[in-house]
Amino acid sequence: MIKLTINQKLYSVDAPADMPLLWVLRDLLGLTGTKFGCGMAQCGACTIHLNGEAVRSCVTLVGRAEGQHVVTIEGLSDNRSHPLQKAWIEEDVPQCGYCQSGQLMSAAVLLAENANPTDDDIDKAMSGNICRCGTYPRIRRAIHLAAKLQSGGKG
Amino acid sequence: MMNKITSTRRQFLKTGSLITGGLLISFMMPSAPRKRTLESTDDNNAVFVPNAYLSIAPDDTIRILIAKAEMGQGIWTTLSMLIGEELDADWSKFKIEHAPPGKDYIHTVFGVQITGGSSTTWSEFDRYRQAGALARIMLVEAAAKRLGAMPEECRTENGEVIVGNKRIRYGALADEASSLPARKQPVPLRPPALWKYIGKGIKRLDAPEKVDGSAKFGMDVQFPDLLTAVVAHPPVYGGKVKKYDDSKTRLIPGVRNVVQIPTGVAVIADHFWAAKKGRDVLSIEWDLSDNKNIDSVTQLQELKNLAATKGLPAAQAGNVDTAFSKAVKIVESEYTFPYLAHAPMEPLNVTVKLSKDSCEIWTGTQMPMAEQSAAAKILSLKPEQVNVHTLFLGGGFGRRANPSSDFVSEAVHVAKESGEFIKMVWTREDDMRGGYYRPSFVHRVRAGIDSNGRIVAWEHNLAGQSVLTGTPFEGGIAKGIDPTSVEGASDSPYLHDVSDYYVGLHTPKINIPVLWYRSVGHTHTAAVMESMIDELAHAAGKDPLTYRRELLKNHPRHLAALNLAAEKAGWNKPLPKGRYRGIAVHESFLSFVSHVVEISVESKGQIKLHKVVSAIDCGLPVNPDGVRAQIESGIIFGLSGAIHGKITLSNGKVQQSNFHDYRISRMNEAPLEIEVHVVESTGKMGGAGECGVPPLAPAIANAVFAATGKRLRNYPFANVV
Repeated sequence: MIKLTINQKLYSVDAPADMPLLWVLRDLLGLTGTKFGCGMAQCGACTIHLNGEAVRSCVTLVGRAEGQHVVTIEGLSDNRSHPLQKAWIEEDVPQCGYCQSGQLMSAAVLLAENANPTDDDIDKAMSGNICRCGTYPRIRRAIHLAAKLQSGGKG
Repeated sequence: MMNKITSTRRQFLKTGSLITGGLLISFMMPSAPRKRTLESTDDNNAVFVPNAYLSIAPDDTIRILIAKAEMGQGIWTTLSMLIGEELDADWSKFKIEHAPPGKDYIHTVFGVQITGGSSTTWSEFDRYRQAGALARIMLVEAAAKRLGAMPEECRTENGEVIVGNKRIRYGALADEASSLPARKQPVPLRPPALWKYIGKGIKRLDAPEKVDGSAKFGMDVQFPDLLTAVVAHPPVYGGKVKKYDDSKTRLIPGVRNVVQIPTGVAVIADHFWAAKKGRDVLSIEWDLSDNKNIDSVTQLQELKNLAATKGLPAAQAGNVDTAFSKAVKIVESEYTFPYLAHAPMEPLNVTVKLSKDSCEIWTGTQMPMAEQSAAAKILSLKPEQVNVHTLFLGGGFGRRANPSSDFVSEAVHVAKESGEFIKMVWTREDDMRGGYYRPSFVHRVRAGIDSNGRIVAWEHNLAGQSVLTGTPFEGGIAKGIDPTSVEGASDSPYLHDVSDYYVGLHTPKINIPVLWYRSVGHTHTAAVMESMIDELAHAAGKDPLTYRRELLKNHPRHLAALNLAAEKAGWNKPLPKGRYRGIAVHESFLSFVSHVVEISVESKGQIKLHKVVSAIDCGLPVNPDGVRAQIESGIIFGLSGAIHGKITLSNGKVQQSNFHDYRISRMNEAPLEIEVHVVESTGKMGGAGECGVPPLAPAIANAVFAATGKRLRNYPFANVV
């Protein structure tokens, strides 16, 4: 059994050691907000936080998360209260929505580390996340808006 | 579980012309209300079901059944908004669901249950408003009856009927409204002056659940006893299993079963990871068929050879052969387009549960009824014994509208062979190599202009596979011409005033499955037409915008889009050093879109798209920000195709596999600025989902010509040098 702390809850899972965290989350724990898109860290749909870092859970073996803090989209906030989630709704970012969990988790690390990211910062932080619907312009706007919301509108 | 809604229907309106094919045109509205109960026979739980599109429960919940699939285009919001416009409902009470397969949800024009052709808003504009209006009239009637008032004395607001100082919640009227006699159709609709939402728009109703991970896609279907299936597919289309050895597979912990199906070998396991590991160690001997000889290089040459000869006539006037003698300049160009994969972010997947006399399917599909009948056929069931639950689609772009039901059929075969309750999951590699591509095309165009730049002769031959052949839309093929191969070329406004032209089509049979891909034939025809016009403008010594204005002077909606985009972009204003503009305009799916792009060519020859200014004339924009979002989406989708998109085959095998070798444009490639302007228009309503794609690639190519003097005619462009 592997012990995992996910969204501040403790889980014990019976998973093979080579199983990527993505499939532990989705198939063993029922946390389906984290998405499967490519299986090789190319698209970012599976992005989660491991001790506050954005990682691609499709290539992160479950063992690496043992005893660490995992946050998934389900744990990003209560009631969609994270500034990014508010901004995403305000800017009508999602289209099909499949990539958006990963986009939000990548953006959340960016905002945590950089309270007022430039367009260049956004390019660097977000280019690992593919959106086939092409919501990039709105994601960009929403990140800028979230930065403002986070700083109490002063940004 | 929800009861199935059944009701009598009355045809009350015939409408519209056909987009494609010789299909039934009907617009049906079920008109007999009936009482329905939810998990109870208690009359106090009566649910008011005025029609097949909504129902109102005693607790005020308004269940809306969406006849289309939400795949990002925003119809979850728009169709609900159309009901809301007429119903005066409390939006917070809306519970929106995808409709099941059923006659009530058949496309009002296309005659099959399909989400496609950028047609949802205009084809449902009346039906969904009628649905809301009918419900409201009956609620008012019920309230008036209860209060002894006249219906004219009642008004409605925010989910209540109001008479004087009395207010009755809609839910409290559900029972009485259910007992009212059927209404005659159609009922009156609100005049535009009273619209609160149409033309103004509302926020996406699916956004909240798409930002917290709670939105459910097909991939997210879960049941306690559900197993996962991963299928080993033949490396070449049409290949068959000769024999296989699953002894290593069965040793993988979690693997439950291995079964052979017509399209390969399925490994069934407790979870995806075990199934995939099991597939990795399968040993399969394939019978590859003749398709193992398919090679993209050879094939492209064959298409080029065909396009150099006269094809079957798709459109013609006068005598093009003699007309070239009138030309002072002749431009001849060849354009090539590879296969393209839709590559939706959610790989294809289907959940199937079988019992002796029923089948339940959960998936993201644009054609639920086609999936239903495909499953029924495989299982020797009646269609009504198969239910299809449509979940959110993690992108469709046409791939989830496959009339041959490839992914659903495969999953049903897995369930049938194994007897297990399975979710079949395709990996990205399965999805990328799973076929049903935008077909490869070659165009060869020879055009002559007179001393004023007027086109005096246009000879245009195309070669590429037919999408419609073998589908329910096959009836649209007339005299050997699949309209989706030539749309945007054979009906081009530029040819309208040309007295001598010929557009010919070759439709070779190639054993690679093809399918409609966002904007279908326009993906290549717009690229050719708008690049050729740019070439002719240059040959005539005219500015590309001025030249288009001259040629399109009798096409007001093209002009409106072109002029608005040019004006907003400041076409004649100087640009910073190293920046260049390109322009294109194209009609598709009843809408007219012009893009002005601003690019630079970087040190290694990369094309950098900085800015796009767009204008669209789609008639009435029902949800204007939704229109803008779709054009933005079309721009990025078009960018991926123009710069990166390419599926190639060697020895019959698809050479691309995942996003590293089939690239999709990313944040750092997306233009920093996109402006979308909507033309104020009283024109016929068109679509928004696809029309933004076609003019993007040629606008880029034209800008690159402005930058480098080099014409880009072979897709994808990749790097210029």
